[in-house]
Amino acid sequence: MAKSIDVSDLDIYYGDFLAVQGVNMTIKARSVTAFIGPSGCGKSTVLRSLNRMHEVIPGARVEGKIMVDGQSLYDPSIDPVAVRRQIGMVFQRPNPFPTMSIYDNVLAGNRLNSKRMKKAEQDAIVEKSLRGANLWNEVKDRLNKPGMGLSGGQQQRLCIARAIAVEPQVLLMDEPCSALDPISTSAIEDLIHELKSEFTIVIVTHNMQQAARVSDDTGFFNLKAAGQPGQLVEMNATKKMFSNPDNEATEAYISGRFG
Amino acid sequence: MTTTHETEPEVSPPSQRGDRIFAGLAKSAGLVILAALAAVFIFLAVEGIPGVNQPAETYAPLSSFLPYVGRLLFGTVFAALIALVIAVPFALGIALFISHYAPRVLAAPVAYVVDLLAAVPSVVFGLWGARALAPQLVSVQAWLGEHLGFIPFFAGPASVTGKTVLTAGVVLAIMILPIITAISREIFAQTPRLHEEAALALGATRWEMIRYAVFPYARSGIVSAVMLGLGRALGETMAVALVLSASPVVTLNMISNTNPATIASNIASSFAEATPAKLSVLIATGLVLFAFTFAVNFAARAVVARSERKFSR
Repeated sequence: MAKSIDVSDLDIYYGDFLAVQGVNMTIKARSVTAFIGPSGCGKSTVLRSLNRMHEVIPGARVEGKIMVDGQSLYDPSIDPVAVRRQIGMVFQRPNPFPTMSIYDNVLAGNRLNSKRMKKAEQDAIVEKSLRGANLWNEVKDRLNKPGMGLSGGQQQRLCIARAIAVEPQVLLMDEPCSALDPISTSAIEDLIHELKSEFTIVIVTHNMQQAARVSDDTGFFNLKAAGQPGQLVEMNATKKMFSNPDNEATEAYISGRFG
Repeated sequence: MTTTHETEPEVSPPSQRGDRIFAGLAKSAGLVILAALAAVFIFLAVEGIPGVNQPAETYAPLSSFLPYVGRLLFGTVFAALIALVIAVPFALGIALFISHYAPRVLAAPVAYVVDLLAAVPSVVFGLWGARALAPQLVSVQAWLGEHLGFIPFFAGPASVTGKTVLTAGVVLAIMILPIITAISREIFAQTPRLHEEAALALGATRWEMIRYAVFPYARSGIVSAVMLGLGRALGETMAVALVLSASPVVTLNMISNTNPATIASNIASSFAEATPAKLSVLIATGLVLFAFTFAVNFAARAVVARSERKFSR
């Protein structure tokens, strides 16, 4: 199920503005890849281009190649809707559908795929996904209550459950813990460890300890210079990145001597 | 409220006095509107209540107040509902087009044109409806009467002038279109990006995204918009008076020569030659319309408040 991603010569634009230039990287299947770097350097932009969410913004476009298991993501024959069904995403702020119950939130993606499902089948998916997101024990008695009634950390895990319910190949996470308290953060980090046996995970984070804790590989993004587009400075195994990075800028950023 | 000292820059807290002045202005504005509403109500009550008990011939072709106003009220609601049935799908479609489908270069002009519709005086719509639209609709109504005659609404025989309650409903629909469109467009455009992206990231098409994120968010706003449109349609006078040659009858037939009158159009067309007795009857019907519109608005608020409570839990 999990797939690897190859990115080559990726340039990302907002209208005429070149936001990110020349990204080349390989994201391994069944591993966690973290993107770190200062604000505004294009980490989230690159992440969003991996499931074609980038182009949702008017005028936004992408040049270059992204291959998922040998299939080009930006091939004209590829429907972006189909891409997003296979590459799930979790956002910075938890965003369960406010009018839906916990149960319906988990099934939202499956219902979009418009398969008619039996009640038993639905129940099974809900339980499996909520267990997968470590939320089942907390919500199993109130599945029909609104998802908005949960705490922030629970809502974020609900969003993860919703994303994994459709069994995607890749799970993208855009600073999934930045709106959460340390306990919820730790719950989600544990979850990421468990999920990586099944999914390819890419996570953007501002928290370098978090990158060090959860990821196998880390990519460091930075602006080339003030006013210049962002770029991938270095990508390496996380252990190496945090002990002995190849690039001086990486070391400066990681050790806090940045700028 | 303001004093001559105002021009002198005072050192000791200037913002507080500004606050007080503004609070006073806002409070008096609020009180004035309440007083105006109360004054209208009192006028209608004082002048109208005698109209409930007048000699039978005043209520011609009927003989007492309740059936008289009942039939007018029926006509009012009927015409307004026809207008809503026609206008709401169009208005929501236009609003969605502007907020989510149209390219930006197109969205702004379309929104502008729809807003312009609201600036056309209602008497112009009435003239257009009676002189231009009604003759055009003759053949449509004849077709409806011929092929859909088994539905009570189109029982016919179709009017040869086209001046029917259906035509009036179409005119009313065009008149309430801008307000429904404008309000729902604003609400649609305010849908949180977060919810839209949540749906898109799950692989929703644009329409699915609208169903998942936009409509649930906008539900209470749509109800408000529709209710405002309904309020406008209920009270609209000239457009209906000019299109319909109406009589107080109760019929569901939308395309025949006998058309139910509405309260407002009845007042407008009978006002000029009314005797004092008839006048008080007309004002009493006005009071009924006032109370009815009030009740509709109240009901709408209740619906909106309830659905909001449900979502916020």
